[in-house]
Amino acid sequence: MSSPQPVTTRAALTSALGTVAGLMVALALMIGFFSWQSEYFFTADTFITIANDIPAVAVTAVGMTFVLIIAGIDLSVGSTMALAAAVAGIAMLQWHWPLLPATFLAMAVGVGVGAINGAVTVAWRLPSFIVTLGMLEMARGAAYLATDSRTQYIGGKIDWLGKPIVLGLSPQFFIAIAIVAVAQVVLTRTVFGRSLIGIGTNEEAMRLAGVDPRPLKVIVFALAGLLAGLGGVFLSSRLEAADPNAGTGAELVVIASVVIGGTSLMGGRGSVASTFFGVLVISVLEAGLAQIGASEPTKRIITGFVIIIAVVLDTLRERRKKRA
Amino acid sequence: MSTVPRATGAAPLPVLLQGRGIGKTYATPVLAGVDFELHAGEVLALTGENGAGKSTLSKIVAGLVQPTGGTLTLAGVPYAPASRKDAEKLGVRMVMQELSLVPTLSVAENLLLGRLPQRFGFIRGDALNEAAARQMALIGLQDIDPRLPVSALGVGYQQMVEIARSLVGECRLLILDEPTATLTSRETAHLFQQIELLKARGVAIVYISHRLDELQQVADRVMVLRDGRRIDTRAMRDLTQADIVRSMVGRDVHEGLDRERRPAGPVALRVRNMTRGTSVRDVGFDLHRGEVMGLAGLVGSGRTELLRLIYGADRQDSGFLQGNEPKLALDVNSPVQAVRAGIGLVTEDRKSQGLLLPQSIRVNATLANLGAVSRGGWLRRDVERDEVERLRELLRVRSDSIEQPVDQLSGGNQQKVVFARWLHRDCDILLLDEPTRGVDIGARADIYAQMDKLAAAGKALLMVSSDLRELMSVCDRIGVMSVGRLVRIFERGQWTEQLLLEAAFSAYAAAEKPAREEQTA
Repeated sequence: MSSPQPVTTRAALTSALGTVAGLMVALALMIGFFSWQSEYFFTADTFITIANDIPAVAVTAVGMTFVLIIAGIDLSVGSTMALAAAVAGIAMLQWHWPLLPATFLAMAVGVGVGAINGAVTVAWRLPSFIVTLGMLEMARGAAYLATDSRTQYIGGKIDWLGKPIVLGLSPQFFIAIAIVAVAQVVLTRTVFGRSLIGIGTNEEAMRLAGVDPRPLKVIVFALAGLLAGLGGVFLSSRLEAADPNAGTGAELVVIASVVIGGTSLMGGRGSVASTFFGVLVISVLEAGLAQIGASEPTKRIITGFVIIIAVVLDTLRERRKKRA
Repeated sequence: MSTVPRATGAAPLPVLLQGRGIGKTYATPVLAGVDFELHAGEVLALTGENGAGKSTLSKIVAGLVQPTGGTLTLAGVPYAPASRKDAEKLGVRMVMQELSLVPTLSVAENLLLGRLPQRFGFIRGDALNEAAARQMALIGLQDIDPRLPVSALGVGYQQMVEIARSLVGECRLLILDEPTATLTSRETAHLFQQIELLKARGVAIVYISHRLDELQQVADRVMVLRDGRRIDTRAMRDLTQADIVRSMVGRDVHEGLDRERRPAGPVALRVRNMTRGTSVRDVGFDLHRGEVMGLAGLVGSGRTELLRLIYGADRQDSGFLQGNEPKLALDVNSPVQAVRAGIGLVTEDRKSQGLLLPQSIRVNATLANLGAVSRGGWLRRDVERDEVERLRELLRVRSDSIEQPVDQLSGGNQQKVVFARWLHRDCDILLLDEPTRGVDIGARADIYAQMDKLAAAGKALLMVSSDLRELMSVCDRIGVMSVGRLVRIFERGQWTEQLLLEAAFSAYAAAEKPAREEQTA
């Protein structure tokens, strides 16, 4: 899996390779621009910082890619991150659990939240937008409840995940890369991945072909919750604390990354590998804008602008391909 | 326009539309130097295999596509519509094969969309519904309540609404693309009556259809295209169906009307007391291995609904299935269970219910049997590729490669891909709902040949079709449904078109309620 292996048909392959190539060009342009604007940008430090900052968003975006591929959406991931991190924090602080089991507990909490999202969506045939919007509030409330609405300082027990081990890179960076790679293989090379693309393309056709979409959809939402739970732990290792406000608005960054990566909101088309590049685009942009001293309002305006441009370009390319 | 002489009169009909050297080239030429004339008040049939250029030519006339060569003249004036709207302003309209109705709006709103009667910006409901009822009456649909949402109607009625809509306002030239694909004989007859009225008003009609018997009824002249060129334009009365088919494909296509009945094997499926609401009522029959059984009936008679019940796609109110063992009930409450029980369904609408359109032939062909091309959940790409290559060869799917997205294939080749899926699954019982709808003659022959092979291999096939001639040519037995009931099963040799039709209408005559309300309830 050295090169990205997106989706399933050769046409889609070229399309996704095209997406990755386009994202690389965009990255190169951005890096060039920021290096020109700021002498401090093009340094190992910058890139190491970026690399250690992205894992939380990256793993959550992997789950979101699967959700978008089945034509769903999960707005609750930011709150799930906070809730899962809060539970892990309590496990470590009050029950004195070690990091590893606490992380698994956080992931289990994420699976629970995601499974509820999926089950409610499927059982009553509701739009996942609404169900997960509700869950966004509920999980956030639960996170406040769990932490007594206070940031719980965890400290040394958790920061290992975010501390450099090799070449300045942290364990969570390597874990995130591994998850991206595995998810990409699962999407393109397994019956499960194939079925998800089918569901996103035409759910009724899948059903009539003898594939029940319902359990698969629940699994996808549970998976998104699991990865958001892990993302929550990553996030709190950077903060060295379980913050009930952590991940506020993260769902938007995550969705933006996935969409910049060329995954369709309409379902049926997407690639985990290009999602990863989408994550890179957003974080390089953020880091670069911070380096050249852009104000917060300016940063937000430019980031929003870039999201729209990326989607416009992707849509135009898709249309041109269709016409050809 | 109202005083145009009729075709039978001595005076020649004036030329309404003239095309000279019409050509269209995308990557390759799809239409090359086509000359034609269309007279006011005549029906010109446009026919040819899929990909022959019929659609492109008619889309050029309707303004949806701009030609890359040649000139058009409409009533003596140069005519180069830049859009469908342009063409419609000049009274040139086209009824597309794909429906363009808004399902959530009422029939009346759909009919008059863009010209809704209003006062101070508010829609005048009474005027709207009255005007709509008048339009519907024109094509014999006075029984449909114009206030009903279009989504409450079956596909056949939706098609009729679509046609009624194109007749609103001034219409000098009407293009009908496979207008009867979803219509039953009765509705088709209504449509033909309406076409006669339009002709009398001097409207020129371009009629595209694969159904040659229809062309003989409705067309004055026929123009045959092959590979983007005009092969022939002749008066319909000088031609036989065999002549037309020959010029389309360059070879004879065997009709199989006088074929022997296939030897029927043991029972494959017993259907008992199948009932769902008013659409399917107490239907029971046996389907045997090695036979092709047909289901005839009017639109709304419950044929599609029956197939969906058998397949578990909808829940029955009562009734059950059995396999060969009469005591054991076959538990089929979902498509998943149906497929496990060895039943496959080729759906009526392959685009919305059958295919993953943007995905490749490969992905579509293995969808129902991914277990066979995987091990432990991992897809085995080489196995899958080989299997699909074999199927593509077997079914003669015309395509660049197995990686070509199916939305780039013609209707006939798309249907072959759906077939490939069930061949790959190797099911014992295959339910086919209008399997040759919108499929050209060459591809039809391939599909019939496959069905033949399956039957010979001991599979049981149950096929719904609105085309009686097709059923008569392909099937060993034909069950006729009428108002939800299976009224009679004919054996090969017992039937005539007349008898089948009478059976199809029989329960409508007996029932108090007209069939329309049945459908729209």
